Amino acid sequence: MIPVVVIFVYLAIIGFIGAMAYRRSRENTEDYFLASRSIGSMVFFLSLFATNMTAFAILGSSGQAYRRGIGIFGMMASSSCFVIPLTIFFIGTRLWALGKKFGHQTQVSFFRDRWECNHIGTAIFGLSAAMLVPYMIISIMGGGTVLAGISVNPATHQPLIPYALGCATVAVVVTVNVFFGGMRGTVWVNIFQTILFLLFGLVAVVVISHALPLGFSDYIGKLAGDEKTRFLVTREKMPPQAFWSYTLIPLSSIMFPHMAMMCFSARRVTAFKRTVVAYPIAILVIWLPCVFLGVLGFAALGKIPDPDEVLLRLLHDYSPAWLAGILGAGIISAVMGSDAHQVLAMSTMFTKDVFAHYGGKEKFGEHRAVHFARGFIVVVTVIAYLVALELKEKQGIFEIAVRYAFSGFAALSPVMVAALFWKRSTQWGALAATVFVAGFLVWTALTQYHHKAGDVLWQIGAGKDALKVFFLNPTGDVAFCNGFMTVVPMVLGSGVCVVLFSLLTRPPSKATIDKYFDTTAFPKPS
Amino acid sequence: MKKLFLFILIALVYLAHQDLWNWKKADPLLFGFLPIGLTYHAGYAVLCALMMAALVKWAWPRHLEAEEDSAADKNPGPD
Repeated sequence: MIPVVVIFVYLAIIGFIGAMAYRRSRENTEDYFLASRSIGSMVFFLSLFATNMTAFAILGSSGQAYRRGIGIFGMMASSSCFVIPLTIFFIGTRLWALGKKFGHQTQVSFFRDRWECNHIGTAIFGLSAAMLVPYMIISIMGGGTVLAGISVNPATHQPLIPYALGCATVAVVVTVNVFFGGMRGTVWVNIFQTILFLLFGLVAVVVISHALPLGFSDYIGKLAGDEKTRFLVTREKMPPQAFWSYTLIPLSSIMFPHMAMMCFSARRVTAFKRTVVAYPIAILVIWLPCVFLGVLGFAALGKIPDPDEVLLRLLHDYSPAWLAGILGAGIISAVMGSDAHQVLAMSTMFTKDVFAHYGGKEKFGEHRAVHFARGFIVVVTVIAYLVALELKEKQGIFEIAVRYAFSGFAALSPVMVAALFWKRSTQWGALAATVFVAGFLVWTALTQYHHKAGDVLWQIGAGKDALKVFFLNPTGDVAFCNGFMTVVPMVLGSGVCVVLFSLLTRPPSKATIDKYFDTTAFPKPS
Repeated sequence: MKKLFLFILIALVYLAHQDLWNWKKADPLLFGFLPIGLTYHAGYAVLCALMMAALVKWAWPRHLEAEEDSAADKNPGPD
């Protein structure tokens, strides 16, 4: 009961901060969606980081570490330490400048203007929206899982807050916060949330280490000494191809619409300086304890039905009830911080890229556009909530994220790079890449549905030396060239499409190219 | 020359991520419990922060700061 009370106090604080932000708001879309592009340096870092950290960073990482071992940190976290700050540095800063100069509030509005296109921008919007929804669902699922896990009654072993109610609670709090506070409410809440979940890992490790019957070294030694569990403290069962492939996944970060919106919202470009340096350290602070505890959980708890709940089980078994509540609030923070940005991004995209673009703003005015955005937030959250309930028994948190959102957004990164840095790129190159990514995602989903683990779809040669071009690996995922993740052919194919179709078609007018590549926005280095 | 140095730096940091030599090892254990595969990549995260600090110092896109003045005038809010 105590953890539940602590978490509801936390949720009340979130609601209060959102209400404060609402009192500061102005009724225009730039203020509602981007807080009037006024986010300061420290707030920018805390909020940008919260934007990118989902339930997956805490629950998914520990769950994956429980299944696959410490290699998860190198594969997912340290690859993000390298790629994400670089993309923020090279792409995020440019997006900020172009948003400031030309008033863009979404990636699609930039693409439309940069390539003088209309419906192709809508196609990119459609694909981005379709890939963002699963990401939102993960957040809501994570919230439901945490609240159910943390509220288990020791006597009955039943949660006081069932999964469905937990999902609903998170969805309602996020919706209220975003509905009233917009971007300002979201980033103010992020300050509180990011500090809370940055502290989470360290506190969890210290508390659990004191409560465990054996020391850390005893548990790790036990895993390392047993041939059956040794893979958890090495990477001997992790294919190097998969490890390398994953370095492409963090390219998705800058292509997530909510990340781009955060880049648009900074007051000064210098806000990016602190962010890119601190970002790898923040990833380290969150991921290292979670991955370690996931592996430790295997040794301390043995087999558990749902590995994604390993951290919750450790907290439940080895921390005092009030602290489990605070730590649970830390996890909920990661969940809601990113979910709020995703909901806001969906609303912004729909309002600016569809409603306003196709005449809604002229017809109904700026004031009504904000009302439209708020209505859209309610609708999209209800849909995400219903899908979260439906998918609970069908897909793991991590699988949905990687298959449908992360790989797809990573594969769209060549489109952004071409828009920013290649004058000769065209709308048809962008469309070809978008169609390729969408087609590949549909093909992957259908293949996984119709085939079983181990099936070979296309093979060159025979016997031991055969090259399995496309096949389903032992976990049922489509794999490429003897073990690479599908993100590899997706990114390469997307890049080829952009280049090939751009070269085959007419570039934008000289006026547009000059507008985006003039000496003010992108001067030649001295 | 500076651009070439920074490009090489980024390439080397990228290559350092693929630590195949630690693949099948658990030892040495830092503090008696942190396997080498985890210790190495924790250090790698710090290396990435240092790389980004170098890029901020020597490759910062200063020309983009031209957009700041008008922005600061337009949005003087305390956020």
